[in-house]
Amino acid sequence: MTKEPVAVVGIGQTHHVAARHDVSIAGLVREAAMRALADAQLTWQDIDAVVIGKAPDFFEGVMMPELYLADALGAVGKPMLRVHTAGSVGGSTALVASNLVSSRVHKTVLTLAFEKQSESNAMWGLSLPVPFQQPLLAGAGGFFAPHIRAYMRRTGAPDHIGSLVAYKDRRNALKNPYAHLHEKDITLEKVQASPMLWDPVRYSETCPSSDGACAMILTDREGAARSPQPPAWVHGGAMRSEPTLFAGKDFVSPQAGKDCAADVYRQAGITDPRREIDTVEMYVPFSWYEPMWLENLGFAEEGEGWKMTEAGATELDGDLPVNASGGVLSTNPIGASGMIRFAEAALQVRGQAGDHQVEGARKALGHAYGGGAQFFSMWLVGADNPAG
Amino acid sequence: MAPVRDVAIVAFAQSDHLRRTDEVSEVEMVMPVLHQVLSRTGLKTSDIDFTCSGSSDYLAGRAFSFTMALDGVGAWPPISESHVEMDGAWALYEAWVKILTGEADTALVYSYGKSSPGQVRDVLTRQLDPYYLAPLWPDSVALAALQAQALIDAGDTDEPALAGIAARSRTSASDNPHAQLRGARAQGDYQVRPLRTGDCPPVGDGAAAVILAAGDRARELCARPAWIRGMDHRIEAHSLGVRDLTDSPSTRLAAERAGAFDRPVDTAELHAPFTSQEVVLRKALKLDDTVAVNPSGGALAANPVMAAGLIRLGEAAARIHDGTSHRALAHATSGPCLQQNLVAVLEGEAQ
Repeated sequence: MTKEPVAVVGIGQTHHVAARHDVSIAGLVREAAMRALADAQLTWQDIDAVVIGKAPDFFEGVMMPELYLADALGAVGKPMLRVHTAGSVGGSTALVASNLVSSRVHKTVLTLAFEKQSESNAMWGLSLPVPFQQPLLAGAGGFFAPHIRAYMRRTGAPDHIGSLVAYKDRRNALKNPYAHLHEKDITLEKVQASPMLWDPVRYSETCPSSDGACAMILTDREGAARSPQPPAWVHGGAMRSEPTLFAGKDFVSPQAGKDCAADVYRQAGITDPRREIDTVEMYVPFSWYEPMWLENLGFAEEGEGWKMTEAGATELDGDLPVNASGGVLSTNPIGASGMIRFAEAALQVRGQAGDHQVEGARKALGHAYGGGAQFFSMWLVGADNPAG
Repeated sequence: MAPVRDVAIVAFAQSDHLRRTDEVSEVEMVMPVLHQVLSRTGLKTSDIDFTCSGSSDYLAGRAFSFTMALDGVGAWPPISESHVEMDGAWALYEAWVKILTGEADTALVYSYGKSSPGQVRDVLTRQLDPYYLAPLWPDSVALAALQAQALIDAGDTDEPALAGIAARSRTSASDNPHAQLRGARAQGDYQVRPLRTGDCPPVGDGAAAVILAAGDRARELCARPAWIRGMDHRIEAHSLGVRDLTDSPSTRLAAERAGAFDRPVDTAELHAPFTSQEVVLRKALKLDDTVAVNPSGGALAANPVMAAGLIRLGEAAARIHDGTSHRALAHATSGPCLQQNLVAVLEGEAQ
């Protein structure tokens, strides 16, 4: 039995900002969905099912918002699924939608992820105290900073690597009209002079809190043949999870991340990711996670990831551009961030990434993670149909 | 369209459903159920190709509550896993699709809900339109009462008929050792007119799990697999003002797509937390008195929020497993007044 090949034929996102006071949650998601439909030159009638994702419901204070959003997303009379896998959710949501097509249950699926963080307070949403359970401490930064310290100690990475990543991503964001942060006067010195939040993570090495949504239209071979724009083809996709807390867990390079990447590479026939993959959209909410994930995803040997960053390999003109879009460091509507990574990877292989296009990109990896670095979802998209 | 692969429910387990479970965490509630369902097939966590769960943060009162529940699965070495912020019936749907892609041959599905830490009637108001409806705090019983009154006004039912549904369900639950309310009970006082206590589900805590397997793998793991002949789900508009509350077009469409009307079913497990909702579902699904409806007692006997729908699929499958049923329908719902509905058709192999 062979799977149906899956193509991305429509991509839409909102302009991401700190607070979209001009639209409701429904207005926000509809904006992204309609841009994706316009890109694919399809209408609501062409959509067979809707798969929606976002991070915790406490971020907006709406329980199971897909119920209220059914009308805004043209889902009435259709199947609608709601995925939630913490920070990896944007990626997982796209993969669930992709499975609906590859299993031939549906032909054309709208998938969307969003977060309207201005409706509430993400730090509060992450820090609700529950008796007898490990708290996530002071939001995500407080949880991840010690693991970054462990990485630095383990690899001997010098202190300035994190600021290099932030400086690069914020410059890349200037080329992306949808990015939240457009710091026109950014300098490396400014990043390094920004206040220390969770040592070693500085203010400018931290993701913003954004309102935003991202949507994609996925379809089968027949749908792709009708696509007015070049499609991006899904060559491989996988999810992996491991427990949050246990004695054997390696927080610096979780096994689930390694396994997930290995599964995607196997499906896509990738044996040398550094050479065969042209660009990566990586989930980097705190700057130091770029070198950490370079190792976890097999782009660098263990302990060598920071050297790739330091040498400029991950710059827009490097040999493996990472986060040409500006990444999570420049735009973070949490539930949508994973899907933005997947969508930006697809934009690259469609040759439609505008000013932040990586020249000649044929294969791109989209990556997302969530929870206590325990949930991973990734896909590899290419300019060619893997089935020929 | 017929599914591209034969997939069956091969095992089902559930907790005892209780009014309160203060002494156990969610992980402690889920773990025994996972162990039971695995032991019924002899499988270990490492033998399972895909795992999917359903739950809601709002019941736990904290973000990312499901991340801790995963500890109960024993997700080491890492597993291929996903989660829906929905009833576990939709987690089963996601797992079924995953098996249909050919990427997995077995799947573990679980869901759980503890309503006891909060006031579930208040909590469920938070799933309404956040700008226009939720600020008014209309609770789940009040909304169901609106639907019940619409049915009575339309001449589709009356209070004695609703009392009959309540009595039948709880009598059926006498044979269900896991149910929270078992045996005859008084209808009680009005909660919100026209619904009396007996028309409403109990508030409780519980968990459930099933194992899915494809083709010959299913035959190895189960003497009489409950084959999923079709499964579909549909959603309706959110606003109650634009829906005919006496009907459920989404249930009818899902049933059609699942093949429920191709041949008669002998059993139906309906996720109808309120007596009046059974009236709507029976009409949409064209169920007559020849069909055994909710032999488990249904959601009126035990309604662990987020697990009650998955339990309908499990109970229907269990009746195929033991030979009581040959073709069963299972239904799950989500949202106010049956907004979203899932229908699956399960069959035993001809003997």
